Amino acid sequence: MLSTVATILMIIVGLSMLYILYRTIKGQPIERRYVFLYIALAISLPLLMQKTAPVPVTRDVMKLVDALNELPPGSKVLAAFDYDPPSAPELQPMGVAFMKFAFKHDLQVIIMGLWPQGPQQANQAILEAMKDPEIAAKNLQYGVDYVNLGFQSGNEFVIQSMGSNFKRMFPKDDRLIPYDSLPIMNSVTNFSNIDFVFNLSSGKPGTVEWVQIAVDRFGAKCGAGNTAVQAPQVYPYLRTGQLTGLLGGMSGGAEFEKALDEEGKASTFIFSQMISHATVIAFILIGNVAFFMSRKKKKQ
Amino acid sequence: MSELIGVWLAALLTLGIFSFLYKDNPIYKICESIFVGVSAGYWAIVFFFDNIIKKFWYGVFPTDNSEPNYLLWFGAFLGFLMLLRLSSKIGWIARWPLAFIVGATAGLYMMIYFVSNAMLQISSTMRNVVAVNPETSAIVWGETIGSVIIAVGVLSGLVYFFFSKEHKGVFGQTAKVGIWFLMITFGAHFGYTVMSRMSLLIGRVDFLFTDWLHLLK
Repeated sequence: MLSTVATILMIIVGLSMLYILYRTIKGQPIERRYVFLYIALAISLPLLMQKTAPVPVTRDVMKLVDALNELPPGSKVLAAFDYDPPSAPELQPMGVAFMKFAFKHDLQVIIMGLWPQGPQQANQAILEAMKDPEIAAKNLQYGVDYVNLGFQSGNEFVIQSMGSNFKRMFPKDDRLIPYDSLPIMNSVTNFSNIDFVFNLSSGKPGTVEWVQIAVDRFGAKCGAGNTAVQAPQVYPYLRTGQLTGLLGGMSGGAEFEKALDEEGKASTFIFSQMISHATVIAFILIGNVAFFMSRKKKKQ
Repeated sequence: MSELIGVWLAALLTLGIFSFLYKDNPIYKICESIFVGVSAGYWAIVFFFDNIIKKFWYGVFPTDNSEPNYLLWFGAFLGFLMLLRLSSKIGWIARWPLAFIVGATAGLYMMIYFVSNAMLQISSTMRNVVAVNPETSAIVWGETIGSVIIAVGVLSGLVYFFFSKEHKGVFGQTAKVGIWFLMITFGAHFGYTVMSRMSLLIGRVDFLFTDWLHLLK
């Protein structure tokens, strides 16, 4: 019912934009606050429609998925959650999809964060992943199959220090359990004992620092998921091979979910984003029409 | 109950922030002030407990059997010197710890950036532009075209930033190509920024529909 109403409203909104174009051509441009209203509708209605958009999986995402698929069961993956709740719409779906994949493929996950709220976001992703019956049936144990080392202040200097000794940076985990009492950490001294680093980042410190220090200095293999704002800054590292794969923004998250066959929030959000982008493009065109009409008027 | 109050509070604050889109109003100002205050308070507490208590205090006076790390006093001393900035008479002393931080960071970053962002990027740009599949020896056209575009983009971009010669003739035309590459790059950045901002809005609207109004699962 809700979905049907939202679809009808969406059609009305689309038609009303044609009317706005007509008004603009007639020399009666709308007030800018209508643009905000239309963007709000373009985001809200598709969410209520609960549809997904077709998302082709790009090469950069596939490279990351291939690298994860190559990891044999029991591999140790360091998952660095370097973001906070404002970036969660983009990065949390990636985190959930990654956790589901890791737990289903029996990878041992070591979580940490260079942002204070990062490890909390990881805990939420774990809770979401645990809802999956296949994962719940595995009866995974904290400290054995996964661990959350928590937040450590010091930005990139933390990565630098981890290059020689993880324990020095994380003498206790998020639950204040000593490092030596965690079975999963028994054979981990530094990056040479880590098979893959997966970083979710929304700024500094983040993927750039992980590439510069963990990859280029200590030889770790790294894949990342970034907010759309940060992604262009990180793309050059893909071509050089410094980064194994990259999930850029919400579209990257949706592609990741599709490639892993773990449909989640990003797959539903992406339809909303597609419609909102189309609305922005439409308003750019209408804005240009208004500009040329006003210039024509001035000339006359 | 506490979760319910939290959700309602978050929803009302979200709507309060959105109200700015109509026009500036007192509700927006209250929400903005709450956000700034809570953020500042949060970060102050996080850094106080993580750095001063967890790292310094427990480092110097360990509660377990570990050895005290007296080197931390040096860091604490530098931190104290930073606070002298508050004094108008001896505020200049705060430059010493600042110089230490700038020097240490510059030293670390000089090599990191030189290797990661200069040498490796340059070598990647200078590789053979014609990509060949090693198994079939066939040209990989997609990658080859990409390599040519990058090579042309880098060269024309560098020409644009070469100001010792007047941008005229072939040199000027190359610089113009460089401008086009720069404009496309900035456009791509802006496009990604729009995508990111939309994602934030989607996150908030999803919160309102799912956690507050329970319209979605």
